[in-house]
Amino acid sequence: MESPSTDSLTGNPAKLIVEGVSKRFTSSRALVQALDDVSLTIADGEFVCLIGPSGCGKSTLLDIIAGLTKPDSGRVLADGKVVEGPGRQRLVMFQESALFPWLDAFGNVMFGLKLRPDLTRAERKDIANHFLQLVGLEKFKRAHVHELSGGMKQRVALARALAPDPQVLLMDEPFAALDALTRDQLYDDIQRIWIESRKTIVFVTHNVREAVCLGNRVVLMSPSPGRITTIFDIALPHPRDINSRDLAGDTSTIAAALKGTLKEAAFE
Amino acid sequence: MKRTAVALLFFAFLIGAWELAVRSGRWSVVLLPSPIFVAEYIWGALLDGTLLESTWVTLKRLLIGYAAGVIIGLPLGLLTSTTQILEDTIGSLALGFQTLPSVCWVPLALVWFGQTEGAMLFVVIMGTVWSVILATDHGARNIPPIYARAARTMGSEGLHKWTRVILPASLPFLVSGMKQGWAFAWRSLMAAEIYVTILTGFGLGHLLHYGRELNAMEQVIGIMIVIVVIGLLVDRLLFSPWERFLHRRWGTNVKAA
Repeated sequence: MESPSTDSLTGNPAKLIVEGVSKRFTSSRALVQALDDVSLTIADGEFVCLIGPSGCGKSTLLDIIAGLTKPDSGRVLADGKVVEGPGRQRLVMFQESALFPWLDAFGNVMFGLKLRPDLTRAERKDIANHFLQLVGLEKFKRAHVHELSGGMKQRVALARALAPDPQVLLMDEPFAALDALTRDQLYDDIQRIWIESRKTIVFVTHNVREAVCLGNRVVLMSPSPGRITTIFDIALPHPRDINSRDLAGDTSTIAAALKGTLKEAAFE
Repeated sequence: MKRTAVALLFFAFLIGAWELAVRSGRWSVVLLPSPIFVAEYIWGALLDGTLLESTWVTLKRLLIGYAAGVIIGLPLGLLTSTTQILEDTIGSLALGFQTLPSVCWVPLALVWFGQTEGAMLFVVIMGTVWSVILATDHGARNIPPIYARAARTMGSEGLHKWTRVILPASLPFLVSGMKQGWAFAWRSLMAAEIYVTILTGFGLGHLLHYGRELNAMEQVIGIMIVIVVIGLLVDRLLFSPWERFLHRRWGTNVKAA
């Protein structure tokens, strides 16, 4: 039904299409319009950052793309098919490590792999070892979750999300709880992995510099109701250094725009 | 080593104080026998086999009743944690009955089952099952929802989600629930054995009861000590390894580890 639309920037076919998605939540006090008629097309292999103040619905949008939350209206297409529920083609990495404490690091990475019946036992082990190595934790494969530092936990979570070979990686402020040094290191890692694997990544953040450092495009959202305000193309070549001066121009432009959405929200 | 020594010293002190109290002559030796008397009774009962036989009878009842309580309680607890209707019905029923001391089941058990093993089991199961339901329900409710969300995105649904995510995630609560269930089962059985006199098996509770009838306080106190020791042993052998395992895995209670 849809002609596979292509992205103007990369010329790649669309991987994810968000079409007129709206979502409301009723809390005990108020009706929150988390998302209001949001549309967005994400190309195959693109790195898109969703940014906005809290309450702009960026995490809700990520949940809807993941299939964890159903939209009230509108729909999400992944590879031209309507998303009805979660699927292992679109894996999520959460802000707090959602690692399972009853499994060690290796067991956590194996969890998603064991749900792929097309792999043999030996293949699963090889893949898990490969991804633990990719995030630099092969020495910690038998470590319990609580023995890992915050950064190591998120690395294991990254390995766990990558191991079943999803086409789309959905990241919900994955580095927000980490210290700055660990974070800088993970920016390099995630860019390296993205360049090598060319997975489609949707990355939710409230940190402008982080968004500019990572994304091909930065999607700015505004709250109440949650809408897309502006989409910025970041033309700088990857890998980018978070501390580089090259990021300053785009960062200040987007930061100014972000302030604007905040003022509007306050005015309302 | 040092901790064991301190504990041993403490118990030696207690027994010494007891012996001194007996020797002071303030209380009749019929009411308060010397620890040596009690030890002699335990030794004698061990040698003539009554103690081992009664312990075996009691433990058999306990294990059967406890196992039944857990087998009924675990799935019910998991179910009440997921369904609002079951929470409002079975959940409140469990909450109500858990407050009922298990001795209160004895009259009913006697009328319904007579002086039989069935009455014993009934009391033990009724004493166990409600606390297991409540603990399991509480545990499954306290699983961070993010585990289930993460599992869902990786394609874990239905039975796989229950056996590989919900059950292991609630393991710490399950173990404390089963431990609590054990304590309740043990109490219920003693109540049942003291009040239900039957001929099919002579348990520790019966020895306690007849000790009183015969005014043999060394038997009463001796059996009480045996009951305490069995309780401690079960805790150490059955539950401590599990708890240590969980603490290691979850990184909780680091001080004790």
